Amino acid sequence: MNALEVKDLTKTFEVGKTLFSRGLGVKAVRRMSFEVRDGETLGIVGESGCGKSTLARMLVGLLPSTEGEIKIEGKVQDKASPREFGQMIQYVFQDPISSLNPRKTIRQIMETPLKRLHGMGKAERDKRISEIFASVNLREEFLSRYPHEFSGGQAQRIGIARALAAAARILILDEPVSALDVSVQAQVLNLLADLKLKFGLTYLFISHDLAVVEAVSDRVMVLYFGTIVEVGPADAIFKQAKHPYTKLLANSAPVVGRPLEAPKQKGDELPDPLNPPSGCPFAKRCIYATEICETIDPALMEMGEGHFAACHNPIRG
Amino acid sequence: MAAYILKRLISAIPVLFGITLIVFLIMAMIPGDPATAILGAYATPENVAKINRDLGLDAPLFQRYFIWLGNLFTGDLGRSYSLNRPVLHEIIERFHATLVLAGSSFVLCAVFGILAGVVSAARQYGWADKAITFTVLIGISIPSFFLGMVMILVFAVRLRWFPVSGMYAIYGGGDILDLLRHLIMPALALAAVATGVVARMSRSAMLEVLRQDYIRTARAKGVKERKVILGHALSSAMVNIIPVLGIQAGFVLSGAVYIEMVFQWPGIGRMLVDAILKRDILLVQGGVVFVAACYVLFNIVVDVVQSLLDPRIKS
Amino acid sequence: MIQFLNLLFRNRLAGLGAGMLVLILLIALITPVLPLPDPNITATADRFMSPFSEGHLLGTDHLGRDLLSRLLSGTRLSLAVGVAAALIATVIGSSIGIVAGFLGGRTDNIIMRLVDMLMAFPYILLALAIVAALGPGLNNALIAVAAVNVPFFARNIRGVTVGLANKEFVDAARLNGMSNGQIIFSEILPNVLPVIVIAMSTTIGWMILETAGLSFLGLGSQPPQADLGSMLGEARAALITFPHTSVVPGIMIFLIVMSINLLGDGVRDAIDPRLKSGALSRPLPATIVERKEVPPTPDKDLLSLQELRTEFHVGERVYKAVGGVSLKVNKGECLGIIGESGSGKSVTALSVMGLVASPPGKIVGGTVSFQGKDLVGASYNELRSLRGDRVAYIFQDPLSTLHPLYTVGDQLIEAMQAHRSVPQKDAQARAVELLEAVRIPNAAQRVKNYPHEMSGGMRQRVSIAMALANEPDVIIADEPTTALDVTVQAQILSLLNDLRRERDLAIVFITHDFGVVAQLCDRVAVMYAGQIVEEGPTAAILDDPQHPYTKRLMACVPELGGGKRELHAIAGLPPAVDQLPQGCAFAARCEFAQEVCRQGGIMLEPKGERAVRCLFPVNADQIEVTL
Repeated sequence: MNALEVKDLTKTFEVGKTLFSRGLGVKAVRRMSFEVRDGETLGIVGESGCGKSTLARMLVGLLPSTEGEIKIEGKVQDKASPREFGQMIQYVFQDPISSLNPRKTIRQIMETPLKRLHGMGKAERDKRISEIFASVNLREEFLSRYPHEFSGGQAQRIGIARALAAAARILILDEPVSALDVSVQAQVLNLLADLKLKFGLTYLFISHDLAVVEAVSDRVMVLYFGTIVEVGPADAIFKQAKHPYTKLLANSAPVVGRPLEAPKQKGDELPDPLNPPSGCPFAKRCIYATEICETIDPALMEMGEGHFAACHNPIRG
Repeated sequence: MAAYILKRLISAIPVLFGITLIVFLIMAMIPGDPATAILGAYATPENVAKINRDLGLDAPLFQRYFIWLGNLFTGDLGRSYSLNRPVLHEIIERFHATLVLAGSSFVLCAVFGILAGVVSAARQYGWADKAITFTVLIGISIPSFFLGMVMILVFAVRLRWFPVSGMYAIYGGGDILDLLRHLIMPALALAAVATGVVARMSRSAMLEVLRQDYIRTARAKGVKERKVILGHALSSAMVNIIPVLGIQAGFVLSGAVYIEMVFQWPGIGRMLVDAILKRDILLVQGGVVFVAACYVLFNIVVDVVQSLLDPRIKS
Repeated sequence: MIQFLNLLFRNRLAGLGAGMLVLILLIALITPVLPLPDPNITATADRFMSPFSEGHLLGTDHLGRDLLSRLLSGTRLSLAVGVAAALIATVIGSSIGIVAGFLGGRTDNIIMRLVDMLMAFPYILLALAIVAALGPGLNNALIAVAAVNVPFFARNIRGVTVGLANKEFVDAARLNGMSNGQIIFSEILPNVLPVIVIAMSTTIGWMILETAGLSFLGLGSQPPQADLGSMLGEARAALITFPHTSVVPGIMIFLIVMSINLLGDGVRDAIDPRLKSGALSRPLPATIVERKEVPPTPDKDLLSLQELRTEFHVGERVYKAVGGVSLKVNKGECLGIIGESGSGKSVTALSVMGLVASPPGKIVGGTVSFQGKDLVGASYNELRSLRGDRVAYIFQDPLSTLHPLYTVGDQLIEAMQAHRSVPQKDAQARAVELLEAVRIPNAAQRVKNYPHEMSGGMRQRVSIAMALANEPDVIIADEPTTALDVTVQAQILSLLNDLRRERDLAIVFITHDFGVVAQLCDRVAVMYAGQIVEEGPTAAILDDPQHPYTKRLMACVPELGGGKRELHAIAGLPPAVDQLPQGCAFAARCEFAQEVCRQGGIMLEPKGERAVRCLFPVNADQIEVTL
C-alpha cells in the first residue's frame, strides 16, 4: 500500500498582485506525480528554488495546492482541515529553535498535539509524554524548561518528539539536520532511523546534502525548477545518474580523494520563473542539450528498474 | 524614475479620496441640523435656505459627499461665515505662514537630529553621546507649548533678544531680516521634540547598521573609518531615517498648532483652533483637507527621495 | 517577573523615572484627603499671589484660586485622561493589528489601507476634526487622542504579528490541531504582548502631552474643571506679568512626561535587550587589545599566529573563543581550518586583522605576525593600510557582506582607492578586468549591477574579485561557500584553486566540510573548543587522524557513494567556551580519556610535519569506532 500518493500536484504563486491587476503566476511546483510506499524513506534533493519546501508544505496541508490531488493513506487530503490529517502526517522543521514557541515550556508544547488531536486527559498525557521522551533520549527534567535553553540538536529532538506525539505514521522531514553540526547531525539521523524501525514510520526526507540523503533513503527523487527530473533507488541514482542534472549534482559534491575541478556546465543560473522556458528547464545549463530540449519539456520515462528520468538525452551506462 | 514618480502619484489618488471621505464622515457626526451647525450665530432663515441649496444639505449623506467633493474639485471649499470670505482664500494665506514656520523647523530637526544621531553613535558611550542622549531626553519630554513660553520669558522678556510674538513687526517690519527675528524662537521651540526623535532614531539606525556584515567588509577592505561611518553606514542608515523624517514632518505640522498659539503666529493651526471655538465648520473642514492633502504630497516626495537612495525599491 | 524588575532597576535612569512617577502618583492619589483649599474657589482679592505666600504655597492664579490645590487636582485629571487614552488606543489598535496581521490576505489589505489613510493625516488635524465635530470637552479630547493613536498601534502590532504568523511554531501549532482563535491566544499573543507593553510604555507620555495640548488650546477640559494643559492655557495671558502661574503647571507636565519616558525606555530595555539602544554596541574599527603577558617575538613567515587568545567579555562571563592558537601559512600555500560551530575557527580568522567585533571581543594574548611585523600591537593606521591590501578577506554570506546600496563596480573601485590613488577611469577598467578574472560573463555590464541584482554565486565571485583588487599576499576565506548551492560551490572552489596557483597566493580557508578541505587545502588544522587539536598535511591527517576527535568527526560525515547506512555519531556536546573543563576539552566525549586527560594543560606536540594535542593519540585503524 502507498502511504502517500501525489498526482499532478501544482502550486502557482501570484506575484505583484495589486488591487487592480491579477499579477503574474510563478509556478513553484509543476505537475508533480509520485508515491511513497508504506514504510519507506523517500529522499528529496534539489538546490534552492527547486520547490522542495513548497511541496512539503502542501503535503501537510499548510499550503493549499493550485491543482492536483494528494492522497494520504488512501484518503484524499482535505484542504480545509490540517487537524484531521495531523494524525496521519506530521512535519519536522529545518530550524529547530524557531519551530518551538519561545514563550511556552516544553511540556506545554508537547501537550498540544495530545490535547488537540487526541483529546487525552491530564494523566494520560503525562504518561504518553514520558514514553515519547524516553524513546528520543531526552530527560524528563527538560519538560519544565523553555526552548532557548536548548542546543540545536536537543531542540530538534524535541521537534521530533512533538511530531511523534501526534502519532502520525508519515513524517515530512524538511532539512532536519542542515542547521546542526556534523557530530550532532549523525546523532539525530541515527535517532530517526531507530524511531522508524520502532514505530513503523514512513519518511519523506528533504535535504540539499546528497550524501546525507543517500545514507538515509530507500529511494531518492531529484527536483529541479519545480519538477521531478529523476527518481530511483538510492544506491543507483547518484552512481548511475541518468539525468545530466543529477550527474552535475553528484559531481559537484566535494569528495575526499577527488581532484578539485568544477564539473562541466554552461551556466549556473536557474531559468527566470516569471518567464519559464518552453522546453526542458535545464537545457540552458546542459552540455548534452540538443534542439528538441529547447522546445519540448521531457516527461519522466523508466530507464532501469524503478529508475525514472525526464530527459531526451539521458546518460547511458 | 519618471515611471516611479507616476506610480506613486497614482497610488496617492485613493489615499486623497480616503482623506476627503474620512473628514466628511467625521464632520457628519456633528449632532443636529447641519445647516444650523455650519451657520451658528449666522443662522438666519435666508442663510439656512441658501446653504441648504448650495451644499445640498437636505440630500442623503452619500449624495452630500459627492456634492462637496465636486465643489472641492473646482476649488470651492465654501464660505467662512465668521470671517465672511471664501475658505480657500483664508487657507492659502494662512498656510503660507505655517509653511515658513514648519518648513524651517523641519530643516532644523532633520539637520541637527541626524547630526546628533551620527555623532552619538560614532562616539557611543563617550561624553558627546551622553550629553546628546540627556539633551534628547529633555527635548522629547518638554511640551513644546511650555518650551515656547519659557523661551518668551527668557529671550524676549528678560534678555530682549527677540520679539515676543507675531510674524512681522507692526511698524516698519516686513523684510526678510524682520521675519527671521520673529521666526527664530518659534522655529526652535517647534523643532525641539522632532529633533530629539530624529536624533534617537538616527542613533539607533546607525548602531544597527554598524553591526552589519557589509561594514565589516568595508573595514576588511581597508576603507578609512571616517568613510565607513559617513559613507557606508550613514547611507544605509538614511534608508531607515528618511521614513522617520516623513513622519516627523507630520509631527512638526501638528506641533505648529501649539506654537502658533503661543507666539501669535498667523498660521493655519491658529486659524483651525479659532474656527473650532467659533464653530466655523466649513473652515475647519477645508483647512483639514487642505493640510492633509499637502502632507500626502510631501510624503510622495519623501518616497521618491527614498527610492533615489535605495536601488532595491524600484525593482 | 522578578527577573524583569531586577533588570529594570539595574538601569538607574529607569529607577529614577519609576521613583518620580510613583511619587507623583502617590500625591495624586492622596490629594483628596490633603488639607488643601477647594481648587475651584475664586477669591478676586487674592489674585496672582506669588509662591510661598501665607496659605498658598505656590501662590494663586488670575482668579485667586490656590495654585497648589489646582496643580494637584490638575495632575490627577491629566494622568487619568492620558492613561485612559493610552489604554483605549492600545487595546483597540493592538486587536486590529493582530487580526489583520494574522489573517492576512484581503482582510489585512482592507484594514491596512484604512490605517494608511488615517496615518496620512498629521495627527493633530484628525484630533482637531474630531473635537470640531464632537465639540470641545475633556471626554471628546480623550476620544480624539485615543483615536489618532489607534492606527499607530495597529500598524506596529500588525508588523510584528505578520512576522510571527509565518514562524514555524505557528505552522506546528496548526498541524497539532489548533484553530485560528487558539493560535492567536496561545501562540501569537504571548509573543506580541511584550511589544505591546513596549509600545504603550513608550507612547503613554506622548498621549498625556497630547491631551494636555488639546486642553491648552481650550479644546479639552472646560472651566472650572482644569487639567494641567488648561491651567497652562489660562495662565498664558499673564505669562509676562506673573510667570509663576504658567511655570508651575508646565514643570509638572514636564516631570510627568520625563519620568514616564525614563521608565518606558527602561521597560523596553528590560523586556527586549536587543531593542535597547545602548545594548546595540557598535563594533570599533579594530579589536581591542589587552595583552597581559609579554607576546612572543614575531615570526619571519608570511603570516603566522603564535599563542593567539581572543575572548568575549559579556557581563560577568568570559568566553574563551580562541585559546592559544598557533598557525602559519606561506606563499602559494592553502591552509584549512576545520571545526564545528563554536570551535573558534572564524574568530581566529577575524583576529588576524583585528576584525573581531569589539566590544565584546578582545585579543588578550599572543602575536599575529605578517612578514615579521606584529599586527596585534600595531596601530589602527598600520592595520588599516594592510587590510585588503596585503591581507584580504572573503566572508560567508555574499548578500549581507556586500553593501546593498553601492554598485559592485563602485565597491571594487573603493577597494583599490582605499590604498592607492587610482584615476577613476583606470579604476573602472580594472574593475571590469577583475570581474573577468573571476569569470563573470558580461563583466562590462555587470559592474553597474547592485548586489541584489545578482545570484548568490555571482555575488561571491564579486567578493573574490574585491579580495583580489590589490593583489594581496594572503586571502582569508571564512566559509565562503557555505551559503551556496552545491553546484555553485564546486565552481567557486575551483576558481579559488586556479587563482591561487596563477597568483601564488596564500589562502587560509575556514570550513566545516572535510570534502572541501581534502580538495583544496595543502595543510589542515582541526579546531575544537578554541584550540587546535591536530595539524598537518591534509592527506596525512585524512588518512591517519591521530586525535580521537578528528577521527570521530570524520566518521560522522556521510560520504556520497556509500549507500544507505548507519552513521557514527559522537555522543554529547562540545563544552561551552565560557566553562571550559580542566585538561582536554574533548575528554568528556572521548572513549580513551583517562584521569590524566582531565588535569592540566595538554600541549600540541609536534611530530615531524604534524602535531597533535592528545596524551593518547590513536594510530590509524587502531580503534574500532563503537556506537
